Amino acid sequence: MVDAPDVHRHEPSARYTDPITRYLIIYFCILVLAELQFVIAFSHVDNESKFERMLLIAIAEAGLALLFFMHLWAEKRGFLFFVVVFTGFVLVAMQYGWTDSYRMELGAPYTQPKVGVVPQ
Amino acid sequence: MSQADLTMEAHPSGLTTGMPPFSVPAKKMAIWLFIIADAATFAACLVAYGFLRNGSPNWPRPFHSITNVSLMTFILLTSSLTMLLGVRAAKAGDKSGAFRWTMITAGGGILFALLHIREWMALIGEGMTMFHNPWGPPLFGASFFSITGLHLLHVTGGVIALVVVGLRYLRGRYNADDLEVTVLYWHFLDLVWLFGVPFVYLLNLAQ
Repeated sequence: MVDAPDVHRHEPSARYTDPITRYLIIYFCILVLAELQFVIAFSHVDNESKFERMLLIAIAEAGLALLFFMHLWAEKRGFLFFVVVFTGFVLVAMQYGWTDSYRMELGAPYTQPKVGVVPQ
Repeated sequence: MSQADLTMEAHPSGLTTGMPPFSVPAKKMAIWLFIIADAATFAACLVAYGFLRNGSPNWPRPFHSITNVSLMTFILLTSSLTMLLGVRAAKAGDKSGAFRWTMITAGGGILFALLHIREWMALIGEGMTMFHNPWGPPLFGASFFSITGLHLLHVTGGVIALVVVGLRYLRGRYNADDLEVTVLYWHFLDLVWLFGVPFVYLLNLAQ
């Protein structure tokens, strides 16, 4: 039976034939980024800035690990977009409740009002 | 019954081809879907943790040293590299090399788990439990042990999976693709840890 023109026999995309040096470079990049998070932890900036910087670095680390350690870059682009868009949507949609956590600052179970903050 | 028997033949119209979605084999697709679902689970835990932390002005900062956690991070990252070398060897047909790297990775996982337990024991020794701690909101213990415990559970499962798949690969029951599927899961644990460390440990360092 003849295959349709857009159908190809399956070949694994991620062949794991990359040179070891590439893996080592990615490994050291992630290691340096992780080290940077530790440096930020001891820097004299407010906690919010620390959180933002650490989050950005963690996303960069995750990107490197996903693309090169997990070989997502070697898969079909459609699959890459499926994983990134689908996961991204779920993770972003999960953030809807943050405003409510600020409400908790002014008195809710298990919390004490912040010093100097006047409850509404 | 082989996998070929289970797939549908290609139709000249191209409508029914039996090709896996995105040309990703079924096992690999299954582990990717599991990873996506598990990522949502860990993200939900971290969001809940952030929610509680944000809503608690006197959130505890009990961590004085980063030695243990930095060592754990280094071990887990290195184990990802050794596992990559294992799959690379497997794809090249080097069975003993692949098995050796897989066992080295499992050893790294065991070391990570032991350091993790040491960290826990130190905190428990300071009086921290699931619903009590000497520093402030009791939910700190609950959220800390839940998140790190879930990760530790995953690592323990991953170590068992590595040993089982590695042995079966060596005996010829599994092939390099099966090893690759296990490796994807192992990398995912690494990835989760990279988010867990800054939020659970580094933002709670004692000033």
